Amino acid sequence: MAGQSNRLPSGGLIDRSRPLRFTFDGRTYMGYQGDTLASALLANGVRVVGRSFKYHRPRGLMAAGVEEPNAIVTVGDGERSVPNLKATEVELVDGLVARPVNCWPTARHDAGALMGLLGRFMPSGFYYKTFMWPSWHWYEGAVRRAAGLGTAPAGPDPEIYEHHYAHCDVLVVGSGPAGLAAAVAAASSGARVMMVEQEAAFGGSLLTTDVVVDGLPGRDWLARQLRALGSLPEVTLLARTTATGYYDHNALSLLERVTAGPVRQRLWQVRARRVVLATGALERPLVFPDNDRPGIMLLSAMRRYVAQYGVAAGRRAVVFTNNDTAYQQALALHRAGIAIAAVVDCRARRSNAGVTALERAGIPLIWQGVVEKTHGRAGLTGVTVATPAGRRRLACDVLGMSGGWNPAVHLHSQAGGSLSWDEAALMFTPGKVGQACRSVGAGNGQLALADCLADGYAAGIEAVRLCGLPVTDGPPPTTDVDGGSTAIQALWQVPGGKAWVDFQNDVTAGDVMLAAQENFRSVEHLKRYTTLGMAVDQGKTSNINGLAILAEQCGRTIPQTGTTRFRPPYTPVTLGAFRGAYRADLFRPRRQMPVHEWHQAQGAVFEDFGGWQRPVHYLRPGEGREQAMHREIRAVRTAAGLFEGSPLGKIEVKGPDAAEFLDRIYVNTISTLKPGRLRYGLMTNENGIIIDDGVVARLGPDHFLVGTTGGNAGRIAEWLEEWLQCEWADLRVVTMPVTTAWATLTLTGPRARAILERVGADFDIGAAAFPHMSFRDGHVAGIPARVCRVSFTGEVSYEINVPAGRATALWQRIMGEGAPLGLQPVGIDAWMDLRTEKGYLHVGADTDGTTTPLDVGWGPAVSRKAKDFVGKRSLLRSSNARADRLNFVGLEPVDGVRPIPVGAHLRFTDGTVGLTDGHVTSACVSDTLGRPISLAMVRGGRERMGQTVRVLAPAGAFQARIVSPLFYDPEGERLNA
Amino acid sequence: MLLISCPHCGPRDEIEFRCGGETHVVRPGPAEAVSEDAWADYLFMRQNPRGLHAERWLHAAGCRTWFNLLRDTVTHEIKAVYPMGHARPEVA
Ligand SMILES: [Zn+2]
Repeated sequence: MAGQSNRLPSGGLIDRSRPLRFTFDGRTYMGYQGDTLASALLANGVRVVGRSFKYHRPRGLMAAGVEEPNAIVTVGDGERSVPNLKATEVELVDGLVARPVNCWPTARHDAGALMGLLGRFMPSGFYYKTFMWPSWHWYEGAVRRAAGLGTAPAGPDPEIYEHHYAHCDVLVVGSGPAGLAAAVAAASSGARVMMVEQEAAFGGSLLTTDVVVDGLPGRDWLARQLRALGSLPEVTLLARTTATGYYDHNALSLLERVTAGPVRQRLWQVRARRVVLATGALERPLVFPDNDRPGIMLLSAMRRYVAQYGVAAGRRAVVFTNNDTAYQQALALHRAGIAIAAVVDCRARRSNAGVTALERAGIPLIWQGVVEKTHGRAGLTGVTVATPAGRRRLACDVLGMSGGWNPAVHLHSQAGGSLSWDEAALMFTPGKVGQACRSVGAGNGQLALADCLADGYAAGIEAVRLCGLPVTDGPPPTTDVDGGSTAIQALWQVPGGKAWVDFQNDVTAGDVMLAAQENFRSVEHLKRYTTLGMAVDQGKTSNINGLAILAEQCGRTIPQTGTTRFRPPYTPVTLGAFRGAYRADLFRPRRQMPVHEWHQAQGAVFEDFGGWQRPVHYLRPGEGREQAMHREIRAVRTAAGLFEGSPLGKIEVKGPDAAEFLDRIYVNTISTLKPGRLRYGLMTNENGIIIDDGVVARLGPDHFLVGTTGGNAGRIAEWLEEWLQCEWADLRVVTMPVTTAWATLTLTGPRARAILERVGADFDIGAAAFPHMSFRDGHVAGIPARVCRVSFTGEVSYEINVPAGRATALWQRIMGEGAPLGLQPVGIDAWMDLRTEKGYLHVGADTDGTTTPLDVGWGPAVSRKAKDFVGKRSLLRSSNARADRLNFVGLEPVDGVRPIPVGAHLRFTDGTVGLTDGHVTSACVSDTLGRPISLAMVRGGRERMGQTVRVLAPAGAFQARIVSPLFYDPEGERLNA
Repeated sequence: MLLISCPHCGPRDEIEFRCGGETHVVRPGPAEAVSEDAWADYLFMRQNPRGLHAERWLHAAGCRTWFNLLRDTVTHEIKAVYPMGHARPEVA
């Protein structure tokens, strides 16, 4: 176990009394409570933390926050492991196990580094250009293995994730000086405030800089404000919470990493009346030859490792800068005990307070200097600096680069805001806002603390005022610390060798220039061609440098070149968080029918039909599926069956214009129906396509009960309302879906009437008094019942609708009375075959999105109807009457034995090439008829009765005869019995 | 995720609603009097503007009422909500 050689003797916000043991890349190290994996690795002197994506070059930490491009790790083992985390965002816990994602066998000794040696750098478009012949797919597997990021665990994730919904007046994203000032301002006015911080600790730069606010040291002022905010009941403070997306109408998604309790992550959806974006700024790296050696990092990261974690990134540092913000940072490192070998500034000599302070501290300044070369294989040992006076080699083990600042405008941009280029500050700042939000502080391009505090406070007050709430205005927080100059000069690249722009994706300045030469001059094209700005960091450190080089190369300005689109999420979100609790049984609620428990107790096998759990068949001991189904069919044909059809849609339609309304909705006429009678009806949409069928009952002159197929119950109820509310608001009609209020028990078979007589109804059920297609409202076994004499099986049938709560009682009563007469429960498989034998249309199975009523033989009904109805005009189109349309017909094998497979295509001619002549829509080997039968949509089928057609079955084509779909009891004698 | 003010239930999440597309589309009729072109226009031709769009929405997981609104298709800003059958209001 190595010691924490880079841990400073004091300082940092870590708890040195709580040491933590962890494992990285197979080795064990120690860190402290308060460390991140990154700071602990740095403390232990681990320089190589990963390998680059394409060339497998050794890489060290570059950043301390979410922008880290190099240290991509997998944390944990097995199903709980999480790939592609940045070591900078992983909080250290005791026993943590992590490994880099892109190395094998280890980061120190990586076999894939050969890629870099052999390929000797693959220029942009390398894959497109090299792996073309014969096909990219020949190479894809090998290339993806070599150039992949982490691996997702194979098994289901056992962790718990949850979703949270919240509303607030003011959402403040970021808790640095600007965000905190905004939250304080808004909260002291009594607004409902949420402040979220992506890091484990609130405070942003207050944690890492020595400043004075309102006369207090920055950290003390922070602590005081957090205490005050925490005491307010309407304030929610969330640390470890990243605002990942900014969506329409001020809806934001927040990802909270939970550290206590059973939940791992919480995905918040927040609707805020106003949003204050205090997202800070990210420092830019500089682009110079060999700038990717371990030990070369952002200057601000070096400072943060010192201030927050008490870790020196190295013992002897060179600072390379193009701007004045580096001076103060270099001074802070010097004070922490890191020797500064030199500050290399690309500009001509400057004189300001920062320069004076450095000189007073004895830190050498090199003007008009650039780092032209770096040295050291697995870690930095020195740099070569070029100045007009010549070259100098400086020994150092760490290089801090400061290339200016990028305000984190991601959320502003996601919210539809525009960006403006500040040519003096060399940064994109938020321009026009797209939603009810305002950017403040460094996220708004304000780099001085005093400006951040004032800007944030003003935004908090403004947000309260724009919410229409009373404002309690106080003095904004102030600081007497002078932030110093922030002047900057463009230095987009130092020529002379491989200079990395995107470290994560291994994109160099040369790649960007090559892409420009090959005319990939749009930033969006540049991104796709070179992969600049892709993957888990989404170019947080590389995008601006890349587009600036592209602009230079194309002779355009940076604003002319523009940025790629900022899309959510700001940082990666696990699929588990998106999933939340919606998995397994909760993924989609299963609906159970009222008699479900009885079915279950009787051995029913359930399947999902339109969200309903329905018995497919009732298995008896020793029976297979087919046997059970045939037994149930025989029961219906010879005695009786009882089927639960409760999902059947039931919609009450009532009012003086109800009949008129239904005439307009159905293809056929409903108004001529007599009370107490039933009629089968077809519905089409305005394109004339069949959308549903069912039976309508007329309960009274102004009262109908519309039946729909089970899967369409909700859709048709909505359909009726849409026509009533949007098109025919003048009709005096109300509708009420009552599907789940009534259970439907269907008693069917030659002995159905005898059984119903035993069960007892309070109305005459004799064949003459209660014929086929009639309706009675009465009682069955003393239970209020709406009984339809309608048949799906071709046998005498009673659809008994009773209040859902009494369904099981009636079911048991019917079974009890019927069992001696041979009654059996019937599942949906038998039900469908009984229907196929009868040739009844099954909408959605026999029909598809092209089937019109004319195709299923309803031409005469359509032409008879004088009134307009939904879809009528479409049915009048001549093309809908064409003789070569697909017609609904029956089909039977010529040899009488070969089963016809559902879905098989049909041909009148030889061969299999060319347009289909139709397809099989339903089929079964009829138990009743003792031979295979099927239903099909056949080109011109109605005019081809008796002709044969080839069935293209998987096992070979064979001949079938086109027949009427009415296979069983074509005269309807059993039906009307 | 839009925030839509149902005229009956107040501001609710988009997830509770169903968009019915362009509103104020006049249904021609009776069927026999409608030309092929007029019917095709009614069925398929929509404004699809960049900017203000008058559309109808159903508060499906709420009061189940249809209503109209004016939405800017660029910014998603909802400029007006008004009942079915009412004329499109003038907005700035
Ligand atoms: Zn509503």
